[in-house]
Amino acid sequence: MAFKHTYFYAIFWQRFKRNHLAMSGACVVAALFVISLLAQVIAPWEPNAINAWSVLSPPSWQHWFGTDELGRDVLSRIIFGAQISLKVGFVAVGIAVSIGTVVGLVSGYYSGLVDATLMRFVDIMLCFPAFFLILAVITVREPSIWNIMIVIGLTGWMGVARLVRAETLSIREMDYILAARCIGCSDARIIFRHILPNAISPVLVSASLGVAGAILTESALSFLGIGVLPPTPSWGNILTSGKDYIEFAWWLSLFPGLSILITVLAYNLLGEGIRDALDPRVKR
Amino acid sequence: MSMSRGGRAVVFLLAACLLAACSSGEQAPFPVSQVASSPVAGDAIVEGTIGEASTLIPILASDSASHAVAGQIYNGLVKYDRNLTITGDLAESFEISADGLTITFHLRRGVTWHDGAPFTSRDVLYTYRVIIDPKTPTAYAEDFKQVKSISSPDDFTVRVTYDKPFAPALASWGTNILPAHLLEGQDITKSPLARKPVGTGPYRFKEWIAGQKIVLDANPAYFEGRPYLDRYIYRIIPDTSTMYMEMKAGAIDLMNLTPVQYARQTTSRLFTSRFNKFRYPSSGYLYMGYNLRHPLFGDKRIRQAITAAIDKKELIHGVLFGMGQKAHGPIVPGRWAYNPDVKDIDYNPKHAGELLASAGWKEKNADGILVKDGKPFQFTILTNQGNQQRLLSAQIIQQRLKYVGIDVKIRIVEWATFLKEYIDKGKFEVVMLAWNISQDPDMYDVWHSSKTNAGELNFIGFKNAEVDRLLVEGRGTFDIEKRKQAYFRIQEILAEEQPYTFLYVPDALPVVSARIRGVEPAPAGIGHNQIKWYVPKNEQVY
Amino acid sequence: MYLLKRILMLIPLMLGITLITFTVIHLAPGEPVEMQMAMNPKVGKDARERLRKFYGLDRPLHEQYVTWVGKLARLDLGRSFSPDNRPVLDKIKERLPVTLSLNIIALLLEFGLAIPIGIMAATHRDTWLDKGITVFVFVGFAVPTFWLALLLMYFFGVKLNWLPISGLHSLGSDNFGTLRYLWDLAKHLVMPVMVASFGSLAGLSRYMRSTMLNVIGQDYITTARAKGLSERVVIYKHALRNALLPLITLLGFSIPGLIGGSVIFETIFAIPGMGQLFYQGAMSRDYPVVMGILVIGAFLTLIGNLIADVCYALADPRIRQS
Repeated sequence: MAFKHTYFYAIFWQRFKRNHLAMSGACVVAALFVISLLAQVIAPWEPNAINAWSVLSPPSWQHWFGTDELGRDVLSRIIFGAQISLKVGFVAVGIAVSIGTVVGLVSGYYSGLVDATLMRFVDIMLCFPAFFLILAVITVREPSIWNIMIVIGLTGWMGVARLVRAETLSIREMDYILAARCIGCSDARIIFRHILPNAISPVLVSASLGVAGAILTESALSFLGIGVLPPTPSWGNILTSGKDYIEFAWWLSLFPGLSILITVLAYNLLGEGIRDALDPRVKR
Repeated sequence: MSMSRGGRAVVFLLAACLLAACSSGEQAPFPVSQVASSPVAGDAIVEGTIGEASTLIPILASDSASHAVAGQIYNGLVKYDRNLTITGDLAESFEISADGLTITFHLRRGVTWHDGAPFTSRDVLYTYRVIIDPKTPTAYAEDFKQVKSISSPDDFTVRVTYDKPFAPALASWGTNILPAHLLEGQDITKSPLARKPVGTGPYRFKEWIAGQKIVLDANPAYFEGRPYLDRYIYRIIPDTSTMYMEMKAGAIDLMNLTPVQYARQTTSRLFTSRFNKFRYPSSGYLYMGYNLRHPLFGDKRIRQAITAAIDKKELIHGVLFGMGQKAHGPIVPGRWAYNPDVKDIDYNPKHAGELLASAGWKEKNADGILVKDGKPFQFTILTNQGNQQRLLSAQIIQQRLKYVGIDVKIRIVEWATFLKEYIDKGKFEVVMLAWNISQDPDMYDVWHSSKTNAGELNFIGFKNAEVDRLLVEGRGTFDIEKRKQAYFRIQEILAEEQPYTFLYVPDALPVVSARIRGVEPAPAGIGHNQIKWYVPKNEQVY
Repeated sequence: MYLLKRILMLIPLMLGITLITFTVIHLAPGEPVEMQMAMNPKVGKDARERLRKFYGLDRPLHEQYVTWVGKLARLDLGRSFSPDNRPVLDKIKERLPVTLSLNIIALLLEFGLAIPIGIMAATHRDTWLDKGITVFVFVGFAVPTFWLALLLMYFFGVKLNWLPISGLHSLGSDNFGTLRYLWDLAKHLVMPVMVASFGSLAGLSRYMRSTMLNVIGQDYITTARAKGLSERVVIYKHALRNALLPLITLLGFSIPGLIGGSVIFETIFAIPGMGQLFYQGAMSRDYPVVMGILVIGAFLTLIGNLIADVCYALADPRIRQS
């Protein structure tokens, strides 16, 4: 068994390595994480040092990305903001995707009563007024970034669940699943070993899109007071604060916007790379 | 006095009672054509507003957008004139009895409602009765509950009697008078007048398209003369950046600029040739209020130290782009009740440190935070969500206080939760909020020790016997000199006690299309002579 | 039979959803009374009580719920808790057409563009076309709505003066003839529709691309190709049909979205839509308005998912519904 697993991952890694785009995506994601870990060292300025006398100054040699509405260095804030934003993107989407995938697989595979119950639960969750849940969180819990990740995760898995279920429904009827069943594979093994890799592509797409969604949602939630406390920077809140000054302080929205774009693109390339590497049919 | 939720959400101030004194505010040069032309009728003015009115029965409304529109449609018995003195409006004249207990209003004759019915004392009596009716969900009953009796000897006289002299009484009759003939015997909460009002004012209601615009037509029979502008249109544009673009594209004639728009985005020659910018202090101030029940803030030296550690000039520069002035008391500079001799605590971090040391905060820990009995000096500034200026101010203060060794956290909470869970329950250490203040200096509700219960406005729990006495004195006489004395002394005490750190008074920054002539800034702002605004024939566009 | 069961299920489901929502909303911190009365010195102590009573908030929660459901059964959503005290249905009715038509146009445009874009990307996999498309749709996705909106406004509205900046009608449009009135409306809708669809292009087209790739790799496509069918027939007749499956889920998801709107988007373009109504309702704890919108939303969500499930069965004969 152990041998088989190693073999599985070796194949996966070999295929993945050959995909240059996927590799570059992976490198960018890795680089972003390194930047966020080394923020303390890399950032040229203290990210929260306010200078009310030089607010909104354009990019210059001193401040490559200009300064924000309180005279803080935008570059340094983006570097520090990566800590929050990458974490939120990763963890929140991780939660949403895991729940969604499991629910979708189970629901699609077993069908019948299990399916009906789970899907009605999805329906209820879809109608749940998340806004009021968030308000309740405000009063019960101290603001923290974990709240945000959990709230985004717990309210965002239903789409994935339905997509995975749809895929599972059609994969379930494939011959190789029947074969697997015949040789006596356990349900868990069939679901996770045979169905999951084939149902993974919509998951990867929605995960890479979800990352950007989560990064932006973070700023909205922080705005409502459950997330990061000012002056802690995040890409979302830098971007949001840029809105009022967009006509002349373009740097305030452009750079965090670009950071989000790069992250999303990288995640997406990574996701498609994983998908291709998992898919035995795709020949390169 | 009411709390303003969004600094930017202050809809253009028409109601004189909302307007502050006009300082020597700078003003863009008028275009040349401004000089010689005589007023003609015609054209329209389009005003951009961020918020939509909720109802046009003003006693039921609590938002400034509703009151702004209603102010064009209705009149009160009295109003504030351009110099902020109370004059008659629907009342031709009024007199206050020598003992200050009775006010007699002599109503104008020949005034008609927009539907043609005559205006009489019956309308005044109805308005009074509906406001104090316990079934009416109005927020404005309090002042009228002081009334002992009201009578109308004839159709054009109204006599109001009070138990004891009540200074804010006169101004309270600036409340909009409602048409009795359309409302009497009906449920006011279900009246169609909420969406189709009928008033006596300079403009008549024409149409209201939800979320888009409210259109008013000039009232040809207005008792002060027909307004020159044929139509007054309020366009609802919730986003200031969009509104600003609309203005540049020529689709909006009047709006309030944000400080950054005023200071940085509207300085080109092209802009100043097309628009006139105005600037005068608004009628509100931003403050930081200390929860005086909290052990940390019981000592006034601590409060004084915090004030001394904050550079108000820096706040005004950083947050308002210089468009404001320092606040050092609950009365805005320029009002008659403002005491110019109160000495403010100037920015002086060294002095702040000394004050803190004298209160026992001497040692600092490794992070540079003051420590006493093993506990670091730490508190949270609580403010409401949705107000960028407050958030920025809080962050600047956070940094300033760190210099003197105080660790500040900032917490933003959505408004309804903020009120119910934090303010009403006294669950806060320091709040950052703003008061919009009325023309009358009465501030009993905010500072009197009887107003410290849950849901009342002295939520910081300020109790001072002398202030209590002075507040009662100040509202209990019509004698301006006596009132002045009381309020001057209150300002001295508050400056010493520092229950709030008064931060700044932002400027109102309206901008009007240069097409529109006759705009005269005055202590009351620019809205006071709106019926005299006009557009020369050759420049009319609508 | 299956369909009938699902439809019957809707009733208890709806009841359950409304019960949960009703409770959550009322238990969330804040109260409508607070919003109208707080921080106003002219308000006496009894004014709040007066208003609570007026709204029926002084009664126990379950009683309030029963009253509300009773009204709902008669299709009455109650009256708003804002000062205007208008029927919720009226408030929704005056905003629904705008949101609905805007969303439908945007949705058609999204699907109309995303499907061909996705197919193109899939069939030209790893070429420059594919990469270009990828970057393009992701730019659309990552660009914040307000940024794109303000940029377009500045360019088309202020600089070129081709298009109106915000709102739905020009002033004085009441006097226009029908054609000119519609033309005016259309011009107002260009930018909002553009912004709305550009943002959603990424999601749809990526799903389309990835499922299309999946399908192209399947044996029956190889078989079809081997039969000598032209590439066009293979792609559009055989592959597309199966690749559309996941999109059905997405379409099902979009149905409740039709009555919703983004607050940011509506605020920027000054469009009086459902998003603003809900946001304001939520912020001011206008319970009847919030409940009203949520109920309609819940109903559409259930219907949307039901339709999606039925469509699967129709589109994919392999799925045998129990």
